[in-house]
Amino acid sequence: MNLLILGANSDVAFALARQFAETEHADLWLASRDVGMLEKKARDITVRYGVKTHTCFFDAQNHESHQAFYGDLNPRPDGVIITFGHLGDQPAAQKDFGEALRIFETNFIGAASILEVIAADFERRGHGLIIGISSVAGERGRQSNYLYGAAKGAFTIYLSGLRNRLSRRGVTVMTVLPGFIRTKMTETLDLPEKLTASPEEVAIDIYRAYRNKKDIVYTRWFWRWIMLVIRLIPETIFKRLRL
Amino acid sequence: MKLSGWGRYPIVNAQSMSFEAMEELPEILSQTGEFIVHAMGRSYGDSALNRQVIATRRYNKLIGFDPQNGMVTCESGVTLAELIDIFLPRGWFLSVTPGTKLISVGGAVAGDVHGKNHHTAGCFSSCVESFELMIADGRVLSCSRTENRELFLATCGGMGLTGIILTVRLKLKPVKSAYIRETIVRCRNLEEVFGAFQQHRSTTYSVAWIDCLAKGPHMGRSILMLGENADTGRRRLPKARRMSIPVDFPGSCLNRYTIRLFNELYYRSHPSYVENRLVPLEPFFYPLDQIANWNRMYGRGGFTQYQLVLPLNASFEGLTEILTRIAETGLGSFLAVLKLFGPENDNYLSFPMEGYTLALDFKIEKRLFPFLDELDRIVLCHGGRLYLTKDVRMQPEIFQQGYPRHQRFAALRARYGLGKFNSLQSKRLGV
Repeated sequence: MNLLILGANSDVAFALARQFAETEHADLWLASRDVGMLEKKARDITVRYGVKTHTCFFDAQNHESHQAFYGDLNPRPDGVIITFGHLGDQPAAQKDFGEALRIFETNFIGAASILEVIAADFERRGHGLIIGISSVAGERGRQSNYLYGAAKGAFTIYLSGLRNRLSRRGVTVMTVLPGFIRTKMTETLDLPEKLTASPEEVAIDIYRAYRNKKDIVYTRWFWRWIMLVIRLIPETIFKRLRL
Repeated sequence: MKLSGWGRYPIVNAQSMSFEAMEELPEILSQTGEFIVHAMGRSYGDSALNRQVIATRRYNKLIGFDPQNGMVTCESGVTLAELIDIFLPRGWFLSVTPGTKLISVGGAVAGDVHGKNHHTAGCFSSCVESFELMIADGRVLSCSRTENRELFLATCGGMGLTGIILTVRLKLKPVKSAYIRETIVRCRNLEEVFGAFQQHRSTTYSVAWIDCLAKGPHMGRSILMLGENADTGRRRLPKARRMSIPVDFPGSCLNRYTIRLFNELYYRSHPSYVENRLVPLEPFFYPLDQIANWNRMYGRGGFTQYQLVLPLNASFEGLTEILTRIAETGLGSFLAVLKLFGPENDNYLSFPMEGYTLALDFKIEKRLFPFLDELDRIVLCHGGRLYLTKDVRMQPEIFQQGYPRHQRFAALRARYGLGKFNSLQSKRLGV
């Protein structure tokens, strides 16, 4: 397998890269904005698992570059994982629409832009794997992070549409809905210890779901039930909650 | 966030800052207050605790490996477990490993940890070729036995008080299999186990479980476990069975009666002699790693491990006195370990010295600390010392008398301006 990981500098991406290198002996394309850090990670994976690794520059917000970026990859990947995201600062984004735009562009528009390019290629080749890391935050809007939630919700719907389009073309599309993860993105937040997973646990969940050909996976598993309850709360009550 | 060592006592509210590249560190260090590195949190006491800690869990990349000589270069957050997973199938194993593999390389250097082969291979630092150290002003110094030698000697065993250990070069040893040839000798008392340790001095690995509650003629009865790396057997580890302790046990589960019962059964469950049986390396070196969260057995109040070493000529007399006191009070544990150390190294604060070391777990309770103070005096009287990686309650005088090079250590810290690196332990001991 030749696996492309976009946003490969995130902690979840690195755990996934190691997971696929170890168990699938996947050769890796690691792409993100900080190529210096990527090279360290690539070397780590090569020393550990003896797979081939390449690094390249990728900017999710720069849509014009996406076609050329994908065209330059040689060999072409037969799997892609979208891991980039931008949590942003909700209160700041309420005052400054520029920040809101960054949240939308990174989490949704950038992801859709590159995936359209890749989906077209996979569709033509008649095989491929697409894994998109969305978020449980996209399941229902909450005052504490509805801008991020809206972008991730849009991404979840996008992935479901893409799956519908490609399912009969031999291309697998998987949606990952993680809850809290202990990463650099959430380092400053005070997360509930018992509900918070490590990037390695999330990577194992995602890998298992891929092996079991799941369409949608919540990670950790209990988020499926937590979100079920949250979705079932009537809006008249939900709007009064401090969430 | 709430943070504690492996003993789960004390628990402190700490702000944890992680980093992935060393370029992020100077900004963290420029903030006010003190820092100590906290990696896997496996030191028992308060040596990796403070209000602000620097987490190395994301600083965990391998940088290089030379299959010619087994030299690994890695960042300090890499764990020993990862090194074993990656390199054992290729025929390489740690030259020195403590009783858990769930510690970071940086932690192994900072504690200058030892293992079952201390008498033949020394401490962890003996397989460390060099490392890079970031000191308080953000400078990065390369340290080895020839370059910045003093910093090297102070950092190995220096409990993270000399700076942040960045990348480490360490040498693995070649092995033919993932198995150990184990010999077990049951010893009826302290005299017998001392004799057996002496007799097997050339055996690579040796450690004894000791019944710390046995009295009179049985005092010091032990199970001595000896091992050599096997020449046969696969290089891949068999899949280990893993258990977990899901909740805190009530503290009262462990008392003198249950422990005495366990010790009796454990002693009797071993035949008096077994020679050269083939066992996988994992249960031999890391028996407790197979039980996740085993520290919960000691209840919500936590526990401490008391590890002492006595010089060889005073060992028998001192240990007799200590074991007698423990058996009298009935405070004790089923995890008690005895081992004969080899010669001491040059590091300023390394724990091992030639002689016998005894490690005991104690549940934290009201009468424990006065009792340990009493044991401290016996240890000091016989010229021994306590292990900083385990300690949570030692008084400054005990530290100063046990570690004669502590002044040199403090002077070096002053010279390099390392006062920013402090743990709750270093403040308690006035390091």
